[in-house]
Amino acid sequence: MPKQVLAKLEKKEEIIKDVYKFSVKANEIVEDSKPGNFIEIRVTDQVEPFLRRPISIYNLDKENGILEFIFQVKGKGTELLSRKEIGEKIDIIGPLGHGTFKFDKFKKIAVIGGGIGIFPLYELSKEAKENQKKVNCYLGFRNKDFVMLEKEFENVTDKLVITTDDGSYKNKGFAIDYLKEDMEKEKYDCIYACGPLPMLKAVQKYAIENNIECQLSLEEKMGCGLGVCLGCAVKTARSPKDAPEYFHVCKGGPVFNARDVEI
Amino acid sequence: MNTKVNFAGIEMKNPVTVASGTFGYGREYAEFFDLGKLGAVITKGTSLKPKSGNKPSRVCETASGMLNSIGLQNPGVEYFANNDLPFLRKFDTKIIVNACGSSIDEYVELCKILNSLDIDGVELNLSCPNVKEGCMAFGNTYEGVKKVTSEVRKVLDKPLIVKLTPNVTDIAEIAKGVEDGGADAVSLINTLLAMKIDIYKRKPVLANNTGGLSGPAIKPVAVRMVYQVAQAVKIPIMGLGGIMTGEDAIEFMLAGATTVSIGAGNFVDPYTSIKTIEGIEEYMKKCNIDDINDVIGKVEMN
Repeated sequence: MPKQVLAKLEKKEEIIKDVYKFSVKANEIVEDSKPGNFIEIRVTDQVEPFLRRPISIYNLDKENGILEFIFQVKGKGTELLSRKEIGEKIDIIGPLGHGTFKFDKFKKIAVIGGGIGIFPLYELSKEAKENQKKVNCYLGFRNKDFVMLEKEFENVTDKLVITTDDGSYKNKGFAIDYLKEDMEKEKYDCIYACGPLPMLKAVQKYAIENNIECQLSLEEKMGCGLGVCLGCAVKTARSPKDAPEYFHVCKGGPVFNARDVEI
Repeated sequence: MNTKVNFAGIEMKNPVTVASGTFGYGREYAEFFDLGKLGAVITKGTSLKPKSGNKPSRVCETASGMLNSIGLQNPGVEYFANNDLPFLRKFDTKIIVNACGSSIDEYVELCKILNSLDIDGVELNLSCPNVKEGCMAFGNTYEGVKKVTSEVRKVLDKPLIVKLTPNVTDIAEIAKGVEDGGADAVSLINTLLAMKIDIYKRKPVLANNTGGLSGPAIKPVAVRMVYQVAQAVKIPIMGLGGIMTGEDAIEFMLAGATTVSIGAGNFVDPYTSIKTIEGIEEYMKKCNIDDINDVIGKVEMN
């Protein structure tokens, strides 16, 4: 059940240019959160900017009630958020989303992410690893300046492949191509993806064509984040035929089975 | 201190309601507070048959507000009656169903069903800017509004509220159509037809190109319209548009509203409606007002 919390900012770090990692104290949210859940942050107590910002959960420290999230400064909302100082209280609602990453019935999983879409995959990898799953991870970035969290992901995966589009760091090309290469010998039970739309589409197509389980974490503009406004619609695959025409990312998602959605 | 109001025959414990489309059927917000604290819950716009709604993107943020073009996605009146109404009835609040249709026959058919349900009133949606047929098409002329209202009136014994669009030249004239059609009250304003353009893609942000603007950005327009309508009709008014606080609500009430609705404010803070009720009480204390009814329409024009 989501709760509204005034969470104290304990730590903040600019991990690469314009990308911030915040650690906040939020026991009430942390205890209920699952990998794939997101939070909604009100960046001001004024009416401008108006709406809350949906941001995915990066890491849950259940022991200490610490929630970590990472965001890129993109507009005035995230700009204001980035200026919060240690000790300040941040208005957060969470955990949100009923569609979360599920891995119980699998043994070997592949996790693939791109750019600022990699954040929710950390808690997934961590928890899957804690549950004795084999976790191989493929992270793609534009170039060496955008590569982040390499050490962190290394610690929670069995294998980590970093790619850059231009080859300026480690492997050149797209992360999905390296995943496909490994598939033959690894025979993953499920692929988990979050990242830019072209990457998600490619992963979805590959998984469906090869009959591999696949879970996608999606993004869409949101009004409320609670499932009320019905703003963040995503087309369903209409199968079975009486399925609704749309799901909503905030409520049914943000994680969907790749077979269920048209993206 | 009395905060009770009688709105179109509906006895409310306070004048604060939540606006159609911003509160679903109450379930999500019931996880945050007791819905029994509200004067009334106005449901998501509900139609005779289920509706899928518009293509995404459906919402975006604008200066001190937001645009939406949901397209009245809803599960239909039958689903509402079997699933949502029993849930809402568990709370000590009034239930007003926002009813939408694409033809007069559909409105009439729907209101016949609503008349048989255990609800406290119907808000006729003649003002959604995001669907091609019905709604605003009826809502923007005196004759159109009067016709739909009077046809629905014939089949509906429950309190009838008609929700007005601000996208007209003279909203007072439209309100008179509601009154002459036999409705018990008007609610205003629905969203203002608006557009936002992505300057890099050179395309409107919303898939439907246009959408309805809500939030604090529209409040001064709404207050002005409530005042104008209050001068033109005798039936009571529900005022809405950008209310975030008790002070905002009082402004609407001074302009002539008997009740108010919290809309987009629910998205920003789930407790906006509760804080508004508290804010109204604080204002009453501060200004030594014993009865909230003494505020209604008491603005003194310069």
